[in-house]
Amino acid sequence: METLSWFQIIAAMAGRFLPVWLALVVTFGLSISFRRRLGLYGKLFDSPVGMVGFGIVMFWVFTAIFANWIITMDPLAQFSGSKNAVPGSALRAPVDGGYTHLLLGADHVARDVFSRMVMGSRVVLQIAPAATVFAFMVGITLGLPAGYFGGKLDTGLSFLANLVLAFPVILLFYLLVTPEIVQTGIPMWFAAVLFVFPIIFFVILFNSRFFTNPARRNLYVGVVLVLGLWAYSGLAFNLDPLGVWSMDPNLLNVFVSVVFVNAPGTFRIVRGMVMDIKTRDYVAAGQTRGEGPWYIMLWEILPNARGPLIVDFCLRIGYTTILLGTLGFFGLGVSPESPDWGSTIDDGRKLLSIVPHPALAPALALMSLVLGLNLLADGLREESLKD
Amino acid sequence: MTDTTWDPSRPILEIENLSISFFTRLREIPAVMDFSCTVMPGEAMGLVGESGCGKSTVALAVMRDLGKNGRIVGGKIRFKGRDLTTMGDEELRHIRGSEIAMIYQEPMASLNPAMKVGAQLAEVPMIHQGMSKADAWALARQIVADVRLPDPDRIINSYPHQLSGGQQQRIVIAMALMSKPALLILDEPTTALDVTVEAGIVDLVKDLGHKYGTSMLFISHNLGLVMDVCDRLCVMYSGEAVETGNVVQVFDKMRHPYTQALFRSIPLPGADKNARPLVAIPGNFPLPHERPPGCNFGPRCDYFEKGRCDAHDIEMEDVPEGDRHQTRCLKWQEVDWDAPIAARVAKEKARIGKVVLKMEDLRKYYSVSGSAFGGGMKKVVKANETLSFEAREGETLAIVGESGCGKSTFAKVLMGLETATSGSIMLFDENVQSTPITKRNVDTVSAVQMVFQNPFDTLNPSMTVGRQIIRALEIFKQGKSDAERHARMLELLDLVKLPRAFADRMPRQLSGGQKQRVGIARAFAGGAKVVVADEPVSALDVSVQAAVTDLLMDIQRENGTTLLFISHDLSIVRYLSDRVMVMYLGHVVEMGTTDQVFQPPYHPYTEALLSAVPIADTHVERKRIVLEGDIPSAVNPPPGCPFQTRCRWKSQVPGGLCDREMPPMRDLGGGHQIKCHLAADILARMEPVIKIAAE
Amino acid sequence: MLLFILRRLGVMFLTAFALTFIVFSLTNLQPNLEKLAKSEASVRMTDDQVVSWIANNGYDTPMLSRYAQWLGVLPGWVKTMEDGEVRGRCIAKGADPAAAPRYCGLVQGDWGSSTVFKKPVSEVLGRSLGQTGWLMLTVMLVMVPTALMLGVLSGMREGSRTDRVLSTFAIVTTATPEYVSGVIFIALFASATAGLSPLLADWGWISGKTLFMGTATSAMDDITFWNFALPVMTIALYGIGYIARMTRASMTEVMTAQYIRTARLKGVGFTQVVLKHALRNALIAPFTVIMLQFPWLLNGVVIVETLFNYKGFGWTLVQAATNNDIEMLLGCSVVAVFVVLVTQLISDVGYVFLNPRIRLA
Repeated sequence: METLSWFQIIAAMAGRFLPVWLALVVTFGLSISFRRRLGLYGKLFDSPVGMVGFGIVMFWVFTAIFANWIITMDPLAQFSGSKNAVPGSALRAPVDGGYTHLLLGADHVARDVFSRMVMGSRVVLQIAPAATVFAFMVGITLGLPAGYFGGKLDTGLSFLANLVLAFPVILLFYLLVTPEIVQTGIPMWFAAVLFVFPIIFFVILFNSRFFTNPARRNLYVGVVLVLGLWAYSGLAFNLDPLGVWSMDPNLLNVFVSVVFVNAPGTFRIVRGMVMDIKTRDYVAAGQTRGEGPWYIMLWEILPNARGPLIVDFCLRIGYTTILLGTLGFFGLGVSPESPDWGSTIDDGRKLLSIVPHPALAPALALMSLVLGLNLLADGLREESLKD
Repeated sequence: MTDTTWDPSRPILEIENLSISFFTRLREIPAVMDFSCTVMPGEAMGLVGESGCGKSTVALAVMRDLGKNGRIVGGKIRFKGRDLTTMGDEELRHIRGSEIAMIYQEPMASLNPAMKVGAQLAEVPMIHQGMSKADAWALARQIVADVRLPDPDRIINSYPHQLSGGQQQRIVIAMALMSKPALLILDEPTTALDVTVEAGIVDLVKDLGHKYGTSMLFISHNLGLVMDVCDRLCVMYSGEAVETGNVVQVFDKMRHPYTQALFRSIPLPGADKNARPLVAIPGNFPLPHERPPGCNFGPRCDYFEKGRCDAHDIEMEDVPEGDRHQTRCLKWQEVDWDAPIAARVAKEKARIGKVVLKMEDLRKYYSVSGSAFGGGMKKVVKANETLSFEAREGETLAIVGESGCGKSTFAKVLMGLETATSGSIMLFDENVQSTPITKRNVDTVSAVQMVFQNPFDTLNPSMTVGRQIIRALEIFKQGKSDAERHARMLELLDLVKLPRAFADRMPRQLSGGQKQRVGIARAFAGGAKVVVADEPVSALDVSVQAAVTDLLMDIQRENGTTLLFISHDLSIVRYLSDRVMVMYLGHVVEMGTTDQVFQPPYHPYTEALLSAVPIADTHVERKRIVLEGDIPSAVNPPPGCPFQTRCRWKSQVPGGLCDREMPPMRDLGGGHQIKCHLAADILARMEPVIKIAAE
Repeated sequence: MLLFILRRLGVMFLTAFALTFIVFSLTNLQPNLEKLAKSEASVRMTDDQVVSWIANNGYDTPMLSRYAQWLGVLPGWVKTMEDGEVRGRCIAKGADPAAAPRYCGLVQGDWGSSTVFKKPVSEVLGRSLGQTGWLMLTVMLVMVPTALMLGVLSGMREGSRTDRVLSTFAIVTTATPEYVSGVIFIALFASATAGLSPLLADWGWISGKTLFMGTATSAMDDITFWNFALPVMTIALYGIGYIARMTRASMTEVMTAQYIRTARLKGVGFTQVVLKHALRNALIAPFTVIMLQFPWLLNGVVIVETLFNYKGFGWTLVQAATNNDIEMLLGCSVVAVFVVLVTQLISDVGYVFLNPRIRLA
C-alpha cells in the first residue's frame, strides 16, 4: 500500500473527527439560537474571539469524550517495522478490518502518533479541570476570610501563599512527584488536607444561608457530608467501602501537586477581590442586619466576584495543562506508558532533529488547547465587562 | 489668537439642530436630538438637566470628543463662525485648549498623577503659543496665583495627589485659563466637592469669567448653582432642549411643564414637609431607546393630552416678550402657569413621642499608621468627640456636615459596626455602646436599621430584589413560613410603592430611585424603630429625590419611626427635619430645632454652610460668605476650636482664645446649643443669611 | 522606607528558611536516602547494607540537627567507624580529622559537596550560574523591549487593526509553553529532515545541514547567533506574550483615563499624549509583572537548558533532582529562592519609586 499524501492525511483525520464535528455543530446551533437566555455564556457568542476559543476548547472536550471512536489504533500497541514511520505511512501488517495507515506516523517504539494524541486529550482534560476546581475550592475557602477579616489571619495565610509561590515550580515537582515520595505517604496526607476544603466550603455555604430554617439546613448539610465524606474516603485514603471512588497513587500525587501549586494563585485573586467588594454598601447592609461573616463572604461577596473568577478559571485550566505538560516533559508524568501530551513530547524530543513528528503532534495539540482556553477567557472578560 | 474674520458682536458658539447618537452592537442610541443654543461673547450659558439627559454629550460634541461609538449625526456646531463638525484633526487640536477649554467633574481623575502640576499647566502655552519652557512655567505660576491658591511656588512643584480636592479643581481651572480661551466648558465642576469648597470655586469661576471676558457653557444638575453663575440657561430633558432663555425669565416665568415640575420638586425655602410638601414628578426618566412618540415628557406631564402631545415631534417655539425665550411645548399658551398646585395635600404632623435614643459623651478614636509602608508613628484620628444628644420617637434629626466631619463614623458606631471608644448609647433604655452588632439580639438589630447613600451599591447585584427582602425577613425572624415571608415581602414592596412584579427583578433592571426604595423596604423589614439614612437621596436625580424623601416621611408618619437623616444638603434638611445637629471635624458645633439653626444666631460654620448652598429662587437674597481654604484633615486637627482656621468671626474673640481652647457647648435657650467662644452680644447681632424678598 | 525594606528582608529570610527546610526534609525522607545510597554505592545493596551506608554517612541523626549542621549553626557530625576511621561532615575524605573545622555550613560559606558532580556545590553552582547568566541576560535584552513595544503599540489604539494583530500574536505566544515552542523551533529551523533547513540546504543557501543548531552545548564556550538564538527565542517568546498583554491592558486602561482626555482636549497631539502622558503611567503595572517573571523564567530556563542541552543552572538542577543530590539541590533552592525574593523586593520598591502617588503619600 502507498503512503498517503498530506491532503489525504488531512482528509482522513477530518473524517475520523466526525463525531466531534457533529457535536460542535449541535452545541453551537443550540447555543446561538438561545443565546439571549443564557446569561454570560450566551453573550460569549457575541464575541468572535470568545467563540473561536470556545470552539477550540469544545473540540478537545468532544475529542476526549469520543476518543474511543476517533482513534485508529490501540494507542499503546507497537507495530513492528513502523519505527519512526513518517505521517501517512501504511502499516506493514494491517489487522483485518483495522485501519491501514499511520495517519501521523509512528514514534520511536512504533506506536501510532495520531491515536496517542487523541487519547492524550483524555488524560489532560480529566486532570486539568478537576485539579483547577480543587485549587479554586482551596483558594476561595482561604482567600475569603483572609480578605474579609484581614489582620493576623491574612498575614499568616498570605505568607504561606507567597511561600508556595516563591518555590520554583520545577523544583517542587521534582521533590514531590517521585516514586519515593509516594512510598512515604506524603501525597495521601496532602490529599487529606486539600480534599477536605470542598466539603468545608459547601457545609459553610449551606449552613450560613439556611441556619434560619434548620430543617432545610440539615438536609443540605447532611447530603453534602454524606456525599463528600464518601468521595473523600475513597480519593484521599483509597478506603471507599463501595469502591466507586479511587485514584491511582501516582495520579493522586500528580493531582495533589498541581492543586497545591495552583491554590495560592487563586487565593491571592480571591483575597484581592474580597478586599475590594467588602467596602460596598450591600455588604454593610448585611452587617447592619446582623448577618454572620460567612454568609456575607459566601453569599454577598463571592457571587459578585464571579466574573473575574470565571475568567481566571479558564486561564488557570490552561496553566494547569501547561504544568501537566511540564511534568510529562521531565518524565514525572502520570505513568511512563501514558499517552498524555507532555510525556509524548518528552519521548519525542530525543530524536527531535531527525524525526520531529512524534513530538510535534502533541505539542501542537497542547498549544491549541491552551490557546483556546486563553481566547475563551479573553472573550468572557470582554463580554462580562460590557454589562 | 483671534480670528480676524469673526465679528465679536456675533455669537461665539452656535449650535444648530445638533443630533448625536451612540452606536452599540445592537442599535443606535440617540443621545441628543435637535439641540440648538447660542452663546454670545462674555455670556454664561447653563445647561441643566437630570443625569442621562444628554447635557455632557453636548459639551463633548463641542470639543469633538465623543469617543469611538459616538457620532454627530446631524446639525452644526459653529465656533466663531467656523463649523467644528467638519473640522480636521489638526485644526481641532489648535482650537482645543487654546480657544475652547474644558473643566471636568472629577478633578483628581483629570490630572495626570505622574506629572508635576506645573508641567501640566506649562504644556498648554508651550503647545499653542510655542512659548519657551521657562516662560511657560512663569505663566503657570502666575495663573496659579490668579486662581487664589496659596504658595504657588510649592503648588506648581507638587504632584496632583498632594493637593486637596478643592485645590485640584483650582488647578484644572488654571489649566483651562492658561491660554485665555474664548469659551470655557464646565462639566459639573463642583459636584465632587464639599459645599463650602464649592462656593469658593463658583466665586472664582464667576470672577475670572468677568476678568477675562470668557464665555461659558456651564453644565450642572443643580438649578441653584446655575442661577448663581449663568446669565442664560437651557433646560434639557431626555436628549432635547425643552426650554431656553434668560435665567430670571425661566425661573420666574417658566413655560414648559418639565421646568415647572422640576422647580416644584426641589426644596426651596418655604417648603415644609407637612404644610407645603414637595411635588414629585411621577414616573421615571425614559431610557434613550424607549422614548415615547411626540413629547418626551408626555407620559409624566400633568397637562398631557392624548392624540396631540404624542402625535408628532414637537418643535421649539418662541415665547413672545421674552429674551430669546423658547419652549418645546404645544400647550404652553393654554396652560395657566400661575395656578396653585392642585396635588399639594397638607399632611398631618407626626407625633413626637418619648426618647428612644440617647447618646452621651460619645467618643470614637481610630489609630492609623503614619506612612504607606506601615512604619512611622501611629496617629489617632478623633472621628467623634463628645457627642451628646437624644432622639425621640417620630422625630427627624438631621446630622449635617461636610466630608470628614465624622457623621459616617457616628452612624457606624450607632449601628454597632464599630464600638465606641467611650461614652454611652442608650437605645430604648438599653446600653448598646460596647456591644458589637454580632452580639446584639435580633430585636435590637432589627429596630435600628440603615438606608445607604449610593443606590448602585446598596443592593447585591446578583440577587433578586424579592430574595434580598426575604433574607432580611428571615434574619429578623419575621414570618413563620416561606409563604408568609413572601407575602410580607410583597407588602413591603407595596409600602415603598413599587410594583409587586419587581420581586423577581435583578437590581440592574431598576433605576436609582427604585433601588433606593428597595433599600428602604429592606430597612423596614423588621419594623425598624430607628432608621439612619446616610445621604439617602444625594446620589439621586432632583425629580426622584422628592419622591424618595416623601416616601421616608410617609413611612415615618405611619410607624412613628425615629429618623436620623445624615446629609450635607441644607435645603433638604430644612425641608424635612425637626431638629438639626451640625458637625465639623468630629465635633457637634451647633444643635437645635430646625428654626433655631436656620435663624441667627448661628455658629460661624453653620452661617458659612447656609450661605454656601445655592438656592434656585430669584426671590431669595443670600449673603455670600466664602470660607478660605479647605477642611483640615481629621488626622491633624487644628488646636483650640476646630473651625478657627476658616472662621471669619475669629477676630471678634479677644485674646486668641480660639487658637488655644476648645469652646464649651453653650445653651442659648430652648435647647439651642452652640460650641463657640463668641460673646452673646455678637451672636445676637448676627444677621440672617437668607432673606426672602417681598414679592 | 528603610523600615519597609528591613521588614521585607526579614520576611525574605523567613521565607528562605522555610523553603530550604522544606527542601531539606523532602530530600532527606527515608526512601530518598535509600535511593541515594543505592545510586552512590551499589544498586544491588541489601537492605542492611543500605541502613549501614546511611548511618556511616551521617544521615541517621535527627533531621533538624542535620539541617542546623547544613546551615552551620551546629557543629558537623563526627563518627568513628568500626575500622577506626574517623568520618565527619566537615572532614574531607582522607584528610586529617583533627585539622578539620568543627562547623561547616552555609554560615561558614561551605555549601557542601555534590554527590553527582563529585565537586563542591559552590563550584558547580558558580559555573552553571555563569552560563545561565548569559542566557538570562540575552533573554531579557530581547524580551523586555519587544514586549513593551508590542504592548504599547497595541494598547494605544484599542480595537485597531494593529491591536488585533499584535494581541493575537501575544495570546498565541502565551499559549505556547517553552517545551512546545522549543520543539517547534527545532523542527522548523534545526532539523535536517523537516522545516526550512532541507530547503535552504537544497538551494545551497546554508553550508551546514541545518540553519540553526539544535543544541546549545557549544554556546557554553563560544556564544554565536546560530547556537544561541533558538534557546533565547524559546524562553523569550513565552514571556513576550505575557508581558505584552499586561502592558496592553495597562495601556488601554490609561488611554481611557480622564487625564488623557484632559491632555487631548488641551490640544496635545496623539504622539505626545502617548509618550508624555500615557507611557509612564502605563509602565508602572508591567514593571511589577516583568520582575515577577523571573520565577517563571527560571522555569523556562530549566526546560530550555534540558531541551538544548546547555549545562547551566537549570540543567544542574535537573541532574541534582533526578539523583537526589541533597546538598546540590539545597544549593539550587537557595539560589532559586533568593532570585525570586530579591526580584519581589525590587519590584515592590521599584513600584513605589515609579508611582509618585505611593511614594509621597
